[in-house]
Amino acid sequence: MSKKRKPKLAVWKFASCDGCQLSLLDCEDELLDIATEIEIANFPEASRTVIKGPYDLSLVEGSITTPKDAERIQKIRRSSKFLVTIGACATAGGIQALRNFKDVNEFISIVYASPQYIDALDKSTPISNHIIVDFELRGCPINKGQLIEVISAFLHGRKPNTPPHSVCVECKLHGTVCVMVAHGTPCLGPVTQTGCGAICPAYNRGCYGCFGPKETPNTESLSNCWIHLGVKEDDIVRAFRGFNAYAKPFREESELRDKKTEEKRD
Amino acid sequence: MTKKQKKNGTKTKTIKVDYLARVEGEGALYIKSRGNKVTDVKLKIFEPPRFFEALLRGRKFEEAPDITSRICGICPIAYQMSACHAIENACGVTLDGPIRELRRLVYCGEWIESHTLHVYMLHAPDFLRYASVIEMAKDHPKEVERGLQLKKAGNEIMNLIGGREIHPINVCVGGFYKAPTKKDLASLTEKLKWARDAAIETVRWVSNFSFPDFENDYEFVALSHPEEYPFNEGRLLSNKGLDIDAIEYDNHFVEEHVPYTNALHSILKERGGYFVGPMARYSLNYEKLPPLVKDAARAAGLGPVCNNPFKSIVVRSLEIVYACDEALRIIDQYEMPDKSREEIVPRPATGFGCTEAPRGILYHRYKIDDEGTILDAKIVPPTSQNQKTIESDLYHFAEKYLELSQEQLTWQCEQAIRNYDPCISCATHFLNLQIERE
Repeated sequence: MSKKRKPKLAVWKFASCDGCQLSLLDCEDELLDIATEIEIANFPEASRTVIKGPYDLSLVEGSITTPKDAERIQKIRRSSKFLVTIGACATAGGIQALRNFKDVNEFISIVYASPQYIDALDKSTPISNHIIVDFELRGCPINKGQLIEVISAFLHGRKPNTPPHSVCVECKLHGTVCVMVAHGTPCLGPVTQTGCGAICPAYNRGCYGCFGPKETPNTESLSNCWIHLGVKEDDIVRAFRGFNAYAKPFREESELRDKKTEEKRD
Repeated sequence: MTKKQKKNGTKTKTIKVDYLARVEGEGALYIKSRGNKVTDVKLKIFEPPRFFEALLRGRKFEEAPDITSRICGICPIAYQMSACHAIENACGVTLDGPIRELRRLVYCGEWIESHTLHVYMLHAPDFLRYASVIEMAKDHPKEVERGLQLKKAGNEIMNLIGGREIHPINVCVGGFYKAPTKKDLASLTEKLKWARDAAIETVRWVSNFSFPDFENDYEFVALSHPEEYPFNEGRLLSNKGLDIDAIEYDNHFVEEHVPYTNALHSILKERGGYFVGPMARYSLNYEKLPPLVKDAARAAGLGPVCNNPFKSIVVRSLEIVYACDEALRIIDQYEMPDKSREEIVPRPATGFGCTEAPRGILYHRYKIDDEGTILDAKIVPPTSQNQKTIESDLYHFAEKYLELSQEQLTWQCEQAIRNYDPCISCATHFLNLQIERE
């Protein structure tokens, strides 16, 4: 990267709610500084101007849900030096990955009067199922502090500092009383990666897993704790089938519990 | 992107914008004219569908606010509010007192944040001829800095009450997981007083923009409440005789299949296309606005009704003034409740909810069983309700201004779409789309 040329940033959207790319515009105190350091070359939500690639850094929001999008992501990879996926849709398939546990045609016919116009893949999949991704930034939505960290890390050629430990660790750091121990509130904190700021327990609520599984999560042990708290198996299935339902450890745990519920029914 | 051609001696003009910028989501514009007639207008949506109504089936009623907030990262509170009100309606509960006030307050935060995003970052660059707010900031640093800080004031309300700006975590069926203390809320006062002044400055700034001469006799639809400017409650009113409760929504509104776009448009059964959002709210609820906002409107040259959609930027700015003022009133009068939430017991029923999202009315309907499992859900976001009117505006606007240069007309047609602050991410989960990428 020559000193004179500003690095080029591109932001791409797939199936998503727009919230993660909005995080960039939500950097009210930093946005104009960021824009002096980098050239915002392709960010349709913010600008009419589109500057051709290749791009030094691509941020990709959303999951792959259509045949066209599965092709489009390949082109984006080819024109990007570094490619970072942002948010639960891009890193795990998002809430729309709930279709992966059902028949997509049934889903289409529930919502649309003329299903023949809908061109949807049967699964919503993370970007990393399609291309090599340089870094995955978790969250539903991502945390804007972490987004700034990732942008600056890539532009300076270093590894982003985003801790992989659980929400529990962050609650302890903040001095937040454990909602599960103190109040018996079911919480996904022990198996969920931090990054949100451990906000739910601070608001008297159990974590619901926006940031997806932490490294080496013991989901089975947590499910057993929930059973002791009186939570039913099918409620555990739903808890793991949230915004990161298709992330492997959450998916496997929900499938295991789903099987147990069915066995009981039989 | 644009071309002119002669066909049988008649001039044909095509305007194409393959990827609409500065809107939330993925859409494209296509206008075709022959001679001095516009022959085709298509506002295409190629945002992929996400099937929210389908994936809600089988989920618990308490999950609806968090799940539906993921339809839109720009107006998550609107989804949470409509979901909570619809579910509580099914369970036969109406909440009052501090919980009701806190809901209005967090909605104020969303209006300030979302409206300021649109006014400063998405719409103003159209009027001042910049491609983006970043470029606009080079020549208008003071205004852009004011916009960013005003947006931040809205986000600070969301942060404090909701826990975070995007997909807040504190809203639940029955109220809030945790109610803020009076002291917590008081910490927002100084910033909001500044924001109210900044919003009045904003009205002054945008009212000096130049607006195309373009008015239509719209049917405005908005909530109307006897005592207040509407957020969560009121009857659905229009300037052409509609006066219904949210429960009756499905009797009056229908989704129509329009062959030339292959898209479903929400229309009034009796009269067709209608208009929701700030201009509709303002024109139907002007009398409920406090003197401060009316004064600002008068100074901006606006009467009690506004029929020029290009002036929606002025109305949106006036609503920022209102939201700051209303937030200050709520904070001043707030008393922390003993309980932050009421326990809501499910019963087999269908519930209806309609609240005023920044972009207009957002309708939710849920059918639940005795255990609170959702059996059926219907969601109609504001952008899908405005889509027919947006296309009709484009049709009339393009025809009126066909003599403009291709570049100028394309620019202004894009601007005509942005008048509605369309959120394509919201609209898509229900739109019947044809994927067509030129």
